[in-house]
Amino acid sequence: MTPRARRRLVRVVKRIALYAAALAFTLFAVFPFYWMFLTAFKQNRDLYVGGTVLSHIPWIFNAPPTMEHVELLFRQTLYLVWVKNTVLIGAAVVVITLLLAVPAGYALARLAGRWGERLGIGVFLTYLVPPTLLFIPFSRVITWLGLQNSQWALIVVYPTFTVPFCTWLMMGFFRSIPRDIEEQAMIDGYSRAAVVRKIVLPLGISGILTATIFAFTLVLQDFVYALTFISAVPKMTVSLGIPVALVRGDVFYWGSLMAACLITSIPIAVVYNLFIDRFIQGLTAGAVKG
Amino acid sequence: MALPSRVSPGAAALAVSFRRRTLADREDWLARLMLAPALLYVAALVGVPFVLALALAFSGARAGSLDFAWVGWHNFLTIIPDPQFQRAVWNTLRFTLVSQVLVIVLAVSAAYVLSAAFAGRRIVRFLLLLPWAAPVALAAIAWTWIFDSTFSVINWTFLVMGVTRRWLYWFGDPALATIAIITVHVWRMFPFATVITLAGMSSIPQEINEAAVVDGAGFWRRLFQVNLPLLLPIITVAVLFGVVFTSTDLSVVYLLTRGGPYNSTHVLASLAFQRGIFGGDLGQGAAVALFLLPVLVVVAVLMLRTARRAEVGT
Amino acid sequence: MMEPAGFVEIRNLHRHFGDVRAVDGVELSIKEGELLVLLGPSGCGKTTLMRMIAGLETPTSGQIFIGGEEIDADVPPRARGIAMVFQSYALYPHKTAFENIAFPLEAMRMAALAVRGRVQGAAKRFGIGHLLGRRPRQLSGGERQRVALSRAVVRDPKVFLFDEPLSNLDAQLRAIARYELKELQRELGTTTIYVTHDQVEAMGLGDRIAVMNKGRVQQVGTPQAVYDYPANTFVATFLGSPPMNLLKQDGDVILGFRPENFFPHEVVRPGDDVATFRLRVRQIEYLGATRLIYGVPEGAHDDVTLIADLSSQITTPIAEGETHLFAVPRQALRRFDPTAGTALSDGAA
Repeated sequence: MTPRARRRLVRVVKRIALYAAALAFTLFAVFPFYWMFLTAFKQNRDLYVGGTVLSHIPWIFNAPPTMEHVELLFRQTLYLVWVKNTVLIGAAVVVITLLLAVPAGYALARLAGRWGERLGIGVFLTYLVPPTLLFIPFSRVITWLGLQNSQWALIVVYPTFTVPFCTWLMMGFFRSIPRDIEEQAMIDGYSRAAVVRKIVLPLGISGILTATIFAFTLVLQDFVYALTFISAVPKMTVSLGIPVALVRGDVFYWGSLMAACLITSIPIAVVYNLFIDRFIQGLTAGAVKG
Repeated sequence: MALPSRVSPGAAALAVSFRRRTLADREDWLARLMLAPALLYVAALVGVPFVLALALAFSGARAGSLDFAWVGWHNFLTIIPDPQFQRAVWNTLRFTLVSQVLVIVLAVSAAYVLSAAFAGRRIVRFLLLLPWAAPVALAAIAWTWIFDSTFSVINWTFLVMGVTRRWLYWFGDPALATIAIITVHVWRMFPFATVITLAGMSSIPQEINEAAVVDGAGFWRRLFQVNLPLLLPIITVAVLFGVVFTSTDLSVVYLLTRGGPYNSTHVLASLAFQRGIFGGDLGQGAAVALFLLPVLVVVAVLMLRTARRAEVGT
Repeated sequence: MMEPAGFVEIRNLHRHFGDVRAVDGVELSIKEGELLVLLGPSGCGKTTLMRMIAGLETPTSGQIFIGGEEIDADVPPRARGIAMVFQSYALYPHKTAFENIAFPLEAMRMAALAVRGRVQGAAKRFGIGHLLGRRPRQLSGGERQRVALSRAVVRDPKVFLFDEPLSNLDAQLRAIARYELKELQRELGTTTIYVTHDQVEAMGLGDRIAVMNKGRVQQVGTPQAVYDYPANTFVATFLGSPPMNLLKQDGDVILGFRPENFFPHEVVRPGDDVATFRLRVRQIEYLGATRLIYGVPEGAHDDVTLIADLSSQITTPIAEGETHLFAVPRQALRRFDPTAGTALSDGAA
């Protein structure tokens, strides 16, 4: 083999290895979603065939796909109620979060100086205090407030992690706005407060949008608090209702259950993906000194 | 020298009207005003429950009543000799460490693959992020179905491929249940670590690698002597996040095994939930959860160190 | 309190960051309508000084007066009657050129019709009338600079502050922009403070130059005076390219002379009063219009290199390696104190 041909071969092999690795990672990541998809649309006789029956290949549709599980989900379960609950709770939490986190993020980025940096790190560390450490005292606080089994409990509690997280995120975004522009506006005749309103907020709109999306997804992700505070099935969120209330004893609900998982996860994942770059940018902009 | 029209009358009048500074100019007061709501909220709803968590651990408080009986070290003396508790501590450490080691290896490899240019890179990245974006409880329930005792697709595949001959009861055997739980944690956390590592990689100047190539360094030397040391701070951050999310997670264990079989897979979070909320013994639950605190303190300290080192580096 | 003499008056101004004295006791008086250039190396405190005048930075101590009124920390930037052009131009990225220029007028709550007239007038002056609908990222560097200038002039400020506004332009554009800027300033007659580290810009633009180093003003004067009679060795070497030759003599004095006043002995007319040095020629650079001769004087105490900047009219053959006799007219010689570095009076300055 000539050296040139060998080099070409090496290149081709490398290329193949690259694609094989990419494929392996992708399959690992995607396979549960594919399984949700299959389960959601398979007929029961295709679905509930024991795994020891080696002649029946579970990875494909052996019988024509069906909509019966999806119909069951929408018609005979409380899925849509849970979606509505989640959206309402999410919207309320987003409003509270933005009202608190946007001003705080700006103050930490621009106004608070040296101790602002320390305070920023402190705020970030509170995000690391996990729900599993706080759900027990919270259950007592919620009892004090008389909010057991009320969605208000979640609306009050969720900002405890969305606010620190979004404050940190907004701090990063505000730091990435050039100082010059704000100082120019102050010289052009505006007070600091007016500069925030007329320059900083319009320029930070993409950051605010990112914070909104992530506050909402954090709400959707929660399982612990919902499990602790809410026991009435019609008041549950999707993240709680689907895994806890869709399973009924020994009746096989897997088709509808997986349909619910799929229908809930995919839109979130798509939106999440759209914002992930801005999100990383915000996080790292906060980490690097401005 | 000055032209007569220089200052228009309107402008001059106005200059007088807003001469002095107001609250809107006072940056110190604005800072306090803008920070106060967020800080108060966090202090009231993270700080107070945090202190309450400490207090409850020393109390005989029970769910459903508002009594608060001081019992001293009683809760700790009860749980520390408890084999279930010891098992939970060991499991928390084990699940966290094993899954995070696997996450690092997978994330660095995946980041390397994704940093190479190839057709379909964007779609691969999109798909890789799915596990992290999907709500964790829903993902966990999907995995429960994948590991089902009668219909597991993994078992079918293993049998067909000849990996195993016997039927694997994933949640019926402590060792298999451990594998299942770690698999789900790895699956969920590695996309996040990949994205962070990738961001770190793109911040390494291309010239450094080019210089290393010119100096005759091969792939492995470049990986271990150039790229990994440069990536270390950002990988540390990813791992620390991973440690927090994994060690404190309740939903995976709760939905996969409920701590079973024979209470062999309980972690601190799930045990705290079982004792505190299901069992109604808030005091004991709080005491169990409190053992997460050392992990968090270590993580916080390491996080601050990394941040400071990165600061010195820039 | 003494009535301030200049239109902008700065008295004993300090700004300390911890142990660092960024501005360390500056006294400066800027006359009405004058263009004063603050010149100095980076970190000399010139930008901090300007930012204190603008109100973006609070002085540690000292006073600032504009138009006879004291401007203290209670007067926010918006109320100081100044306009500033940043090095980055600091255009608002989410606003069109029109909205950018109109922004300071809106702060004054000027009527929309009047705003429109003013903006269009300013834009026309800078030849950007056709670009008013564009956003900053759709404009070239030169166009952005013009938008920034329009925004500065549109509201008739009492003082202009310029922070290296030309350094983002390429070399050719910069020369034109410098000319236009000076013309604009003369026409408006607005008192102007201009910060730069570029001595060519400073010499070309300034009515007067204030040379700064280490937080202090080293010398203030017309470009000619500062160049010809530097107050100390810092100013002597900071201004001029190549810098002034400094040569330590016996008898506790440093002699200084400009390279362009340093000639081969052959071109000196008999009878001219000159000082002579024997120079071992190390290197020669041909730069087109001039020729630079680098050499070491014989019998010098320390390792010092002198430079002669010969115009192409001087055709005396000089070769690298030879020893050649050079001369300086005595009236071009400056003398400095070797310890303090300050100029010793020859009765010249």
